[in-house]
Amino acid sequence: MGNKSHKMMHGEEEIYQEHVLDHSDDPYHRGRCSEATHAHEDDNPLCGDVVRVELRIRDQRVEEAWFDGEGCCISQASASMLMEELEGKTVQDVQNFSAEQMLSLFRAKLTPNRQKCCLLSWQVVQSALYSPTGDDAGNGETG
Amino acid sequence: MPAVDAITPLDPHAWRTDFPILETRIRGTCPLIYLDNAATAQRPRQVIQAMVSAYEEHYANVHRGVHWLSDQSTDLYENSREKVRGFINAVHGHEIIFTAGTTAAINLVARSWGDSQVQAGDEILVTMMEHHSNLVPWQQLAERTGCTIQFIPVEDNGTLALDKIDALVSERTKLIAITAISNVLGTINPLQEIIAKAHAVEAKVLVDAAQSAPHEALDVQQLQADFVAFSGHKMMGPSGVGVLYGRETILERMPPFMGGGSMIRRVRLDGFESADLPAKFEAGTPPIVPAIGLASAVDYLGRVGIEAIREHERLLTQHAHQVLQEVGGVRILGPGPGQTAGIVSFVLDRIHAHDIAQICDRHGVAIRAGHHCAMPLHKALGVNASNRASFYFYNTLDEVDRLAEALKDAKKIMRRA
Repeated sequence: MGNKSHKMMHGEEEIYQEHVLDHSDDPYHRGRCSEATHAHEDDNPLCGDVVRVELRIRDQRVEEAWFDGEGCCISQASASMLMEELEGKTVQDVQNFSAEQMLSLFRAKLTPNRQKCCLLSWQVVQSALYSPTGDDAGNGETG
Repeated sequence: MPAVDAITPLDPHAWRTDFPILETRIRGTCPLIYLDNAATAQRPRQVIQAMVSAYEEHYANVHRGVHWLSDQSTDLYENSREKVRGFINAVHGHEIIFTAGTTAAINLVARSWGDSQVQAGDEILVTMMEHHSNLVPWQQLAERTGCTIQFIPVEDNGTLALDKIDALVSERTKLIAITAISNVLGTINPLQEIIAKAHAVEAKVLVDAAQSAPHEALDVQQLQADFVAFSGHKMMGPSGVGVLYGRETILERMPPFMGGGSMIRRVRLDGFESADLPAKFEAGTPPIVPAIGLASAVDYLGRVGIEAIREHERLLTQHAHQVLQEVGGVRILGPGPGQTAGIVSFVLDRIHAHDIAQICDRHGVAIRAGHHCAMPLHKALGVNASNRASFYFYNTLDEVDRLAEALKDAKKIMRRA
């Protein structure tokens, strides 16, 4: 309810919607992925947000997706939403998952400035697909 | 509990009428509360008008033509240099080099003085609280020459660890590069004490005065600094102009940094002779109109009174410390209000700096979020990012209260109340 009143008061769409705060406060799969086959970490040096993603990919399908990191509510909540979204998807589906789809998954409308926060985990996932972990490094080609 | 501005040594409301931008309504409704003055200050219409009339009535290139307009432009430009000389009480006008800003001034010293005077085995001493612009040029100098960089640590309370300095300063020390006021913590550093220690081992001192020139009296003779750098845009002048002060005897021995027009006495096919100071360091067409704008800002600062500015900002800072503590969950970085200028950086428990700045923006409150170009300092303080409110004389106690209200709202929205 409070969010609605803000929306009216400031004439902008509320970023900090219930589902965003829920993901931020109680994230999905925040931590380490056991038997991860792929992993990548990156940051946004401009603001210091960091996201690490670990994936377990079997038979060209994402079995599990985990993230860890530090940063603003947008960067961390969007990472949580993305982990939930990825699981069960084929590698091909994840590769085809576009930035626009990431922004619409987040739902709350973001200014270009804050879109960067939302897209950090998405970028990390795209890189992770090409970053097999040490154990798997020899045969982890995923496309 | 509205604050009473009448107790301050100047009336910010009276001065604000000179600043058209402070009338801005954010998104058409919400009055702008501009608390990002450490990033850049706003400028009064007098400064803007000085630049408009320079362009409309007196503009030509300087030191070039024999024509009337060029003489006018040259006079205005050189009078600006004289105005800046007076502002910092330099002995000679030619000790004032107009640059593009503080960063350009520091790079000039690192390139010209550094490359000619520093070699492998020498040490450059900086502090842990430097802005990147007073750190990276020395890292680059270290890459070129093989000299090493030593750091004066920062105590947990945000002051310099002065007891460590004696162990760090030696005959290997060639330069101490130090900020007058931390752009994050607001800490006012004891420059005279440090300069004395440097000179005892014949090291030079560069003072980054970007954060102090707009707010504190600056007397380079009293300070005995060898180099002082500051920017126009933080003291109500335009962006694109800054100042390097250098002691005459040092500047004279330094080779030119950039080559081009103006900096030469004569050019032959097989070489050149440098011009005298200050032209030697002002290659190319200088920031003519920005320098004229800066001189106008110096005049304006004089009318407001630097002491009154300092006192007013002390009150704002004191008030900010008080009302921010009342918000709850706020950790203020840096020493208490007695030891700081008008800068208050803070972190709010379990809310990221960017989310706070975003919600403040809804209230019209413009503050900075991030590392404020001081990543090593943030690492030392153990925080990834912080928020910074920074004041100028046109800010009011009421605006500080609005910041505190915005922070309370942020806590509510982010479910941290």
